[in-house]
Amino acid sequence: MNQNKQTTFTLDGKTIPFSPGQTLIQAAMAAGVYIPHLCFNPEFKPHGSCKVCTVKADGRQTSSCTHQAQDGMMVESNTREINDERRALLQMLFVEGNHFCPSCEKSGSCQLQATAYEMGMMSPHFDHFFPDRPLDASHPDYLLDFNRCILCSLCVRASRDVDGKNVFALSGRGIESHLIVNAKSGRLADTGFSGEDKAAHVCPVGVILKKRVGFAIPIGSRSFDEQPISATPHPQGACPVGPRSNAATLPPHPTVKDV
Amino acid sequence: MNIPSKKLRVATTSLAGCFGCHMSFLDIDERLLDLLQLVEFDRSPLTDIKHCGPCDIGIIEGGLCNAENVHVLREFRANCNILIALGACAVNGGLPAQRNHLSLAAILEEVYHAQHGLVDGFIPNDPELPLPLDKVHPIHEVVKVDYFIPGCPPSADAIWKVLTDLLAGREPELGHGLIHYD
Repeated sequence: MNQNKQTTFTLDGKTIPFSPGQTLIQAAMAAGVYIPHLCFNPEFKPHGSCKVCTVKADGRQTSSCTHQAQDGMMVESNTREINDERRALLQMLFVEGNHFCPSCEKSGSCQLQATAYEMGMMSPHFDHFFPDRPLDASHPDYLLDFNRCILCSLCVRASRDVDGKNVFALSGRGIESHLIVNAKSGRLADTGFSGEDKAAHVCPVGVILKKRVGFAIPIGSRSFDEQPISATPHPQGACPVGPRSNAATLPPHPTVKDV
Repeated sequence: MNIPSKKLRVATTSLAGCFGCHMSFLDIDERLLDLLQLVEFDRSPLTDIKHCGPCDIGIIEGGLCNAENVHVLREFRANCNILIALGACAVNGGLPAQRNHLSLAAILEEVYHAQHGLVDGFIPNDPELPLPLDKVHPIHEVVKVDYFIPGCPPSADAIWKVLTDLLAGREPELGHGLIHYD
């Protein structure tokens, strides 16, 4: 193989260059093409659990955050079929927790909400679980609202791999999976957690919230109120994403019908 | 806008809601006059008609928190060709559903007996009062819903967009800025 030749794959008809070892989503982000995702954050090792970044690579579905790009690969992402599946995944996340957006400090800058807007999620579709998940407000500076947890494990990865504190963990299996705090009491106050930690700043939804700063920016003026997530640089600041370049091939925005 | 030969009949109601969605509907302001060229209202807080007759469009604000809500919803579904869930409470239960992790008995006890300052309180049991449901439910868990307009409340522009799309025979669409869950 010619060593000087730039390796590329095709994403929704657009040629995406990549360097060896890059995953599909990394190369797409670098090229300014948005692939919807929740548990992926370019600063962390991929987890591959939310499946929202699923694409079809050479005809087979795969998580674009874990799948390494290959030269000449044909990848589909922004198609009716895949977006329908992404929307169903989002709907399941919404009904499994308690996502009452009007009272959430994260509303408007929440990646779950913004991704659901992007996918045109007009209804939860499924029956709600309405689980009982008490808050942990024990820590003096931060509170944990488990109602909104989507099990992305970013706080787990940040606390373990960056902060070296191992404050959070996912416990249980399947539908019993839930976020726990690694303390004998199970309370955040009884850990070494601090606002300086990386883990305090990676939650894509409204679980880990700083106290006494609520609603400093009014609902309606927050980041994804200003522009859709597909046109927003990554909220954590790494790998800026430009406006999506495949707008011409977009299927029409999903309708307000029961989808 | 072309004026049709026959006006479409529209019914609206607020179930376990706060009437905020109806207020937002009224926020279409002078466009209400354009709308009245195209539609006439059946049962609605605007007409005070008590029961819903055959309609083209039914608009439901609020979720289901008591037995009467369920009866009204079923009356709308039976009479309306197109049923629209308007606002967060109709779409996902909204604020009233925040009681769902508590037992109904504990809530009634707290509100009518145990709360500080209550003397000789009793839980209302007049037979005319509709019985509360054990949990608050979004309306799609009980009847088939054709269209959803999320938001707390949905903006007047979002409501106007869906209604004008429907009246023009288009599939309604809400793009960025009109789709909101908050």
